[in-house]
Amino acid sequence: MDVRKKLEILADAAKYDASCSSSGGKRKASKEGLGSVEGMGICHSYTPDGRCVSLLKILLTNFCIYDCQYCINRISSDTARARFTPAEVVQLTLDFYKRNYIEGLFLSSGVIKSPDYTMEQLIEVARTLREVHGFQGYIHLKAVPGASKELIDEAGRHADRLSANIELPTEGDLKKLAPEKSFAVTGETMKEISTRVEQAKAEREESPKAPKFAPAGQSTQMIVGATPTPDAAILDTASRLYTRFKLKRVYYSAYSPIPLVDARLPAKSPPLVREHRLYQADWLLRFYGFRVDELAPPEHPDLSLELDPKLAWALRRRESFPVDVNRAPRESLLRVPGMGVRTVDRLLRIRRWHRITLADLARLRVPLTRVKPFIVTADHRPTLLLDSSRLVEKVKPAPTQLSLFTAAQEARSGEL
Amino acid sequence: MRVEVADLTSFREAARGLLVRGVSPDQVLFSEERERQSSLLTVDAPPRSAPVAGLSVPPAFLDLAERVACHRAPERWGSLYRVLWRLTHGERKLLEVVSDEDVYRLHTLAKAVQRDAHKMKAFVRFRKVEREGEEYFIAWHRPDHLIVRHVAPFFARRFPSMRWSILTPDASVSWDLEKLSYGPGVPRSEAPEGDALEEMWSTYYASTFNPARLNVRAMRAEMPQKHWATLPEARLIPELVRGAPERTARMVRPRIEVSDASLYLPEHRDLASLARAAQGCKACPLHERATRTVFGEGPVGARVMLVGEQPGDTEDREGRPFIGPAGQLLDDVLAQVGLNRQELYVTNAVKHFGWMGDEKQRLHAKPGRREVLACKAWLEAEVAQVKPRMIVCLGATAAQSFLGPGFRINLSRGQVFETPWAPAWMATFHPSALLRMPDERARAQARSHFEADLRKVAETVRAAME
Repeated sequence: MDVRKKLEILADAAKYDASCSSSGGKRKASKEGLGSVEGMGICHSYTPDGRCVSLLKILLTNFCIYDCQYCINRISSDTARARFTPAEVVQLTLDFYKRNYIEGLFLSSGVIKSPDYTMEQLIEVARTLREVHGFQGYIHLKAVPGASKELIDEAGRHADRLSANIELPTEGDLKKLAPEKSFAVTGETMKEISTRVEQAKAEREESPKAPKFAPAGQSTQMIVGATPTPDAAILDTASRLYTRFKLKRVYYSAYSPIPLVDARLPAKSPPLVREHRLYQADWLLRFYGFRVDELAPPEHPDLSLELDPKLAWALRRRESFPVDVNRAPRESLLRVPGMGVRTVDRLLRIRRWHRITLADLARLRVPLTRVKPFIVTADHRPTLLLDSSRLVEKVKPAPTQLSLFTAAQEARSGEL
Repeated sequence: MRVEVADLTSFREAARGLLVRGVSPDQVLFSEERERQSSLLTVDAPPRSAPVAGLSVPPAFLDLAERVACHRAPERWGSLYRVLWRLTHGERKLLEVVSDEDVYRLHTLAKAVQRDAHKMKAFVRFRKVEREGEEYFIAWHRPDHLIVRHVAPFFARRFPSMRWSILTPDASVSWDLEKLSYGPGVPRSEAPEGDALEEMWSTYYASTFNPARLNVRAMRAEMPQKHWATLPEARLIPELVRGAPERTARMVRPRIEVSDASLYLPEHRDLASLARAAQGCKACPLHERATRTVFGEGPVGARVMLVGEQPGDTEDREGRPFIGPAGQLLDDVLAQVGLNRQELYVTNAVKHFGWMGDEKQRLHAKPGRREVLACKAWLEAEVAQVKPRMIVCLGATAAQSFLGPGFRINLSRGQVFETPWAPAWMATFHPSALLRMPDERARAQARSHFEADLRKVAETVRAAME
């Protein structure tokens, strides 16, 4: 099979992975080398699904010994199979990079022979790029759950980011659809990565010459909608991963229809709006000081599809408003629907020098119709009573606008 | 007075002189040195002067000025000078007030430059050429602003071991493994054509696209069409978009969904026999409350087949599709675009009226996935008989009957696709959605979209005939 045919099969097989981030860390090539990482990742192209192409995202092989029911590459699937040699992936990465098509490589793989053997193959690619070709572009490697500590350590020396996939939101879901996987094994791998990341950070503070270890941290991916598990449980798992393993990102991937699926999976993929709402909620947990039980309380375990989670919370907690933008502390401002972290931080700076008016907010591109009922400015007090039943109608964005959002954009900006 | 400025360096010199002489922003007019206008005004020689003690500005201003200077807008120098004046006349902290009008204007200019620079880093596509045994990488790119010098160091850091050139209409830059050198602008015809690797890159681009998530609007927002000419992968976009629903259907189709109505299909499949047999269909519970089956109507061989959602109250009583208020609106628009309803085949995805409430109210109840699937065999039998050149789905229910529940009207409305059922297939609004929209502006806008879509139908069918 020629390389182009393999590329067709193994890029197609990798497209179910939502991660595309290529930011974080810093790398600089020597005069003979190639590539750089300068903080912000660059999206080099966009496909008609609205998602960006930043890394060459492929599988080393889509042969797999596991039988996870939601996965196109499971052993029982009759999909076309292919396998790259490590040298082919190295060549492809360099060729694409030199033409400025990509920021680097995202390499994952089906599990062949054993987790250790698979991990060794992935490392071989990253090692050759770094040590033989002086490649300083971005490399994201999959950490195969269950691979040995030594191999995870070596992977982290070459990669900018590692990710071990949690796959499904609860242990029960895994039992049902991916019996070979378990939270315990994946957790071990994540723990090893987070320990080594912390250790390397500490060593580099002592001496800048100390080796790097996955400077862009680790991420994971969870498939949403393959099981009836509610959003509250999904966010709960995510929030535990953030605190326990210091994850940089949890990616949510709305279950895509995959040929010939198991009868235990829902026929209908959940609307992409749900994925988008989860990203919004995830952002609120990490940067806005919300707790899971505030966003998805026991009486509403699923996020609203028509309102964003912050607005839904504000409508449940009208007694916390209005908030005075000239006086309120940062944490209260962050809870105003329609005000993002950047806006709030700018307002805090501006208000030291003059009193904020609606015109200031307009210039900061704050959606006024949405925020006005919730705030007081130098020239405005809400006239629309917060307890009015028409409030929802007033502040709800037009339904058609909602669908224009895509989780991909949300995943990048996360401003609410 | 008038002052001519060529670049940031000359602006800084001129501004320093103006500040020393106490010339306020309202008394000075900046113009570009490049565009010498034959004006009757005499041009003052820019007052030059050495750095002045006590005239310090925050480093943040210089950083901002560097970006603003790359912008093409001729008023940028005046805007910079206005902020500079205020900074040095009692408002040292002015830059902290990002919502101040003057500061905001600079930030708007700087942001446009930054975005343009970012797009240059992203969309430059090198092509490899061999000359005298040496490899060169050459790209042609069209930025909006004058950013070549601003962005070139990034490429030098990223590709230190390659000999490369980036050509643009305004300026060009080359790297010879040691240093950057700048030259004049170059027309696109001077750039190399193609690179053997572009085919491989296009293969990757097509494979990594997930047709189940078609969202053309988001793509265009991030990848403006003006750059497509120099992106090898952009050639594939129309094809990928056209084929997306078909590919999604293939992704889902292996789940063989048996339509219960297939049990009621007659032996002979001509339209008259189908309509007769459909009267006795009990494939879903809707037949219990509906008066009768409302089957499609229209000539065999009709070029266009319109598929609605399901009969309403009026249709249920009369037994014909699209004769209520929504049918009236449909007729009006069809006439407007020059399509004759008599020549079309008109039907619904679900053939029974579904309603809630008591006999007096008979409130329309939208069919669920189950009813749509149960009824699908009738629809497919009609398609097989009529063999339309084009199928037009009115509303999401009809569209999803063909392409599955993942189809979104608002992402794909008005686009013509190739499908297994007809060479041309399109989905647009359901006319009753146009009647129901509460907001008048939205209603008017939707109506104009609807008219434009049906006009496209008329054109597509005409083009196929010629």
